[in-house]
Amino acid sequence: MAQQTVLINKHVEANAKIVDFHGWDMPLHYGSQIEEHHAVRQDAGMFDVSHMTIVDLHGARVREFLRYLVANDVAKLTVPGKALYTGMLNEQGGVIDDLIVYFQTETFFRLVVNSATREKDLAWINAQANAFDVTVTERPEFAMIAVQGPNAKAKVATILSDEQKAAVAGMKPFFGVQAGDLFIATTGYTGEDGYEISIPEAQAADFWQKLLDAGVKPCGLGARDTLRLEAGMNLYGQDMDETVSPLAANMGWTIAWEPADRNFIGRAALEQHKAQGTMKLVGLVMEAKGVLRHGQRVVVEGGEGEITSGTFSPTLGYSIAMARVPASTGDTAEVDIRGKLVPVKVVKPSFVRMGKKVI
Amino acid sequence: MSNIPTELKYATSHEWLRSEGDGVYTVGITEHAQDLLGDMVFVELPEVGDTVAQGDDVAVGESVKAASDIYAPISGEILAVNDALNDSPELVNSSPYGDGWMFKIKASDESEVAGLLDAAGYKNAIDEE
Repeated sequence: MAQQTVLINKHVEANAKIVDFHGWDMPLHYGSQIEEHHAVRQDAGMFDVSHMTIVDLHGARVREFLRYLVANDVAKLTVPGKALYTGMLNEQGGVIDDLIVYFQTETFFRLVVNSATREKDLAWINAQANAFDVTVTERPEFAMIAVQGPNAKAKVATILSDEQKAAVAGMKPFFGVQAGDLFIATTGYTGEDGYEISIPEAQAADFWQKLLDAGVKPCGLGARDTLRLEAGMNLYGQDMDETVSPLAANMGWTIAWEPADRNFIGRAALEQHKAQGTMKLVGLVMEAKGVLRHGQRVVVEGGEGEITSGTFSPTLGYSIAMARVPASTGDTAEVDIRGKLVPVKVVKPSFVRMGKKVI
Repeated sequence: MSNIPTELKYATSHEWLRSEGDGVYTVGITEHAQDLLGDMVFVELPEVGDTVAQGDDVAVGESVKAASDIYAPISGEILAVNDALNDSPELVNSSPYGDGWMFKIKASDESEVAGLLDAAGYKNAIDEE
């Protein structure tokens, strides 16, 4: 029996096509995934992301613990509320998960991790936390709604209390604050402005309805995938996993090498990866007819790679992909599409941000 | 429940066939098929003048989700293709039995048509999936 979020009835009411997503009944789309995609790029859309896992860490040594647990350095978090994207690595330097850390107080940090990796993440975090006397508390009593798009913040503002509006006023990107019952973060997975809002489960359906009434379009996992891929954001399990170095997953920017004396899990292995060199994750663009897909073979001068994520880009009107290829790969490649080698352009893996083409 | 017009014939591979008279048939994919595929983004159509055999893969529907072969439900010659799908592949989603048609074929052996499913038979076939 699949798990359901507290918003399942809202999805069914809206005629969502429900699919199994790692053991959760989730909306794939509510009619047209492309229309939902455009709503987020041009106006405001919302996603039920209640399946994601919130983990609160409490303890006097919680900052010290996180500086050891993850590859990015939470020493960068100096202002309460500030958030940080990072990989959580194993000793071999493979990615156990990617996650966001929110600094709340010196004794309280919040993590939001993927749902598909929930069990192994919790086991890993708990195993490491013992030595630091850090308490690990999952918060399944919260639903989570991502509201994204150029008009997302303005539409959310119409249903917030004065007190909540004051709490989010002037919030910069990548912050998360408690605003009454809501935890409101300026984060997302679409490349647009907006919020990710954690809300007590009992209030979630009502809040969702108010957002609908404010003109926010419900969007499913289909649009979530095309939006994140246009934005060049990785999907765990597809673009990287425990067998992939973050250096081969366009996550080099999330590794804090300095200070050199900070020991974090996977550091020694990463230093080896860096010295030996790794494959790289690039973007592919194919303006000809057809769609690049996960698993297709990529042929480059002197080697081969593979598409990790591919799709049709609704914003650009042609196909884009992320591919792991040899480090020597230049500006062009060929993709094996059902037996035919089709030329593609190689670009940085970021295609659309804030509604605009960036390639 | 999926719309399955009773005046059409169907292949188990989800194409429909409409008689236009004189042995000419219009072919498209069913409402059920477009629903499985999701939003169409490209349709690769056969060439006018191609001679095809029943069961040949003659077209490709690419949706955001997957690429799917479309098969000739009968043998014959391709007389016309729906060029509107080049610019508006979403017609396959919005009007699978109408503006979203794919090609017209002149049957070389009309007995093949009799072997296809009627609406009730196709409904049974998709209910068993």
